[in-house]
Amino acid sequence: MEKKVVHEELNFQRDDKMNLTMIPGKFARSMRTCLIWQFIRFVIINIKMIVVVGKSH
Amino acid sequence: MARVVVLGGGVAGHTTATFAAKWLGSQHEVVVVTPNSKWNWIPSNIWVGVGQMTKDEVTFDLAPVYQKAGIGFKQAKAVSINPEGNEGSNKPFVTIEYTGMGKTGQTENVEYDYLVNATGPKLNFAATPGLGDANGLGEFTVSVCTADHAVHANDELQKSIEKMKKGQRQKFLIGTGHGMCTCQGAAFEYIFNIEHELRKAGVRDMADMKWISNESFLGDFGMGGLHMKVGGYVVSSKLFAESLFAERGVDWLIGAHVNKVEAGKVHYELLDGSMGEEDFDFSMLIPPFAGVGLKAYNKTGEDITATVFAPNGFMKVDADYTPKPYAEWKASDWPRTYQNPSYKNMFAAGIAFAPPHIISKPMSSVNGTPINPTPPRTGMPSGIIGKAVAHSVCDLIQKGDKAHLHEASMAEMGAACVASAGKGVFSGTAAAMTVYPVVPDFEKYPGTGRDTDYTFGEIGLAGHWIKHILHYLFIYKAKLNPGWTLIPE
Repeated sequence: MEKKVVHEELNFQRDDKMNLTMIPGKFARSMRTCLIWQFIRFVIINIKMIVVVGKSH
Repeated sequence: MARVVVLGGGVAGHTTATFAAKWLGSQHEVVVVTPNSKWNWIPSNIWVGVGQMTKDEVTFDLAPVYQKAGIGFKQAKAVSINPEGNEGSNKPFVTIEYTGMGKTGQTENVEYDYLVNATGPKLNFAATPGLGDANGLGEFTVSVCTADHAVHANDELQKSIEKMKKGQRQKFLIGTGHGMCTCQGAAFEYIFNIEHELRKAGVRDMADMKWISNESFLGDFGMGGLHMKVGGYVVSSKLFAESLFAERGVDWLIGAHVNKVEAGKVHYELLDGSMGEEDFDFSMLIPPFAGVGLKAYNKTGEDITATVFAPNGFMKVDADYTPKPYAEWKASDWPRTYQNPSYKNMFAAGIAFAPPHIISKPMSSVNGTPINPTPPRTGMPSGIIGKAVAHSVCDLIQKGDKAHLHEASMAEMGAACVASAGKGVFSGTAAAMTVYPVVPDFEKYPGTGRDTDYTFGEIGLAGHWIKHILHYLFIYKAKLNPGWTLIPE
């Protein structure tokens, strides 16, 4: 029987604790290092942080 | 001319001293007493601990910066405070003992009009047998709490990597070294930086990695956890953290009080009262924090340490220290001005102030051993508190005793936290988080205790870029380079 191995799902089988978590799939992982998306997130995170800093002073 | 003495040259002390010197000008005197000759951007010690930065990149000499700012600098540790002076004088003073400047071991009484205690913590390695002793870090584990510790940690890490390259499996155990530790975030960041470095070195499959912590759930971080908006859901940081650990194949052990460390082995007690052992080849365990052990004496020489300081050695301020059950804790228990209630010309900033209680839900093992994180007061809150205290002291000097004191309650301020997992611009990822407010306010924000519009977390390269920027920006600011006041704390 041919196995269908999905790399990001292997850690679910390490133990019961990990089996009950959520692990990001291929798309979610790729977005973390997608330069265009991360540049957008960089701008958004900075704006949010500036607001938090502003509210804290 | 008034003299402001600031004890400590870390984030809180440096912020207080530099703003006070700027606002007071040359008409008044600001003196910093700190045992260290260098300023250290502590968040980047993590990168030193994995060999991605050198000690020189995260530190700089304080003396030339203070000379430029017109701030007096004494490389010494404070030993005791006489807030009423002594029998020969009514002038309050601090007794210091030099640790450098060619005067090591000499003592001196430094008079003050206003005192700001920003000593930071004593790294209390001695609290856990084997973790260290009164002289500091022990021989079995490493630390990233100081730049020197981080250099040592990287030396040991490289030895482990070499062993793995030769085919020898290694067990990494990272976390907290006592049931009452804080700063889980630093250990959290370190374990994922190690994991990233092991992947880069091509030896991840030779490493077993485990997290050990006094948190009652992953993602507590000493703040009782947080809820954040992710993918349209409001989720607990527990899910966020557990997902990260599972994704990277890092096992975890929580609710653990490490009660003994030996060569290659820690002994621990869990919340259910059970005892256990964990072997390791490489271990970084954060020590618990305590006050630096300052004493206080009144005019007749009587010991008033218990009046000025809480039992844990941190200075009492305008918090509500009345013991009460968790259900009755309120945001308003937390201090606003950081003024000592007994001596109005004394303030505490940063880690040096005594919190009214912890933030996380208090937990004890069935044997009665307290196992819960203590409140984090580092980084952004330290800087904001330091600046507010500087403002208050300057107003008291310039406008008189009736001046309004500036406020910076941790129940009304947020914090930004970026935990890297690697250092590259294109590789590795970081968890960028903000929390608002640091201390949850369930009266204002029923449900999560925090404003979920401003409490968020996500993982990605953007966090790396922000961490890089923060590193250079805050060192630039701390060196008092042009425009430094425009950079927020």
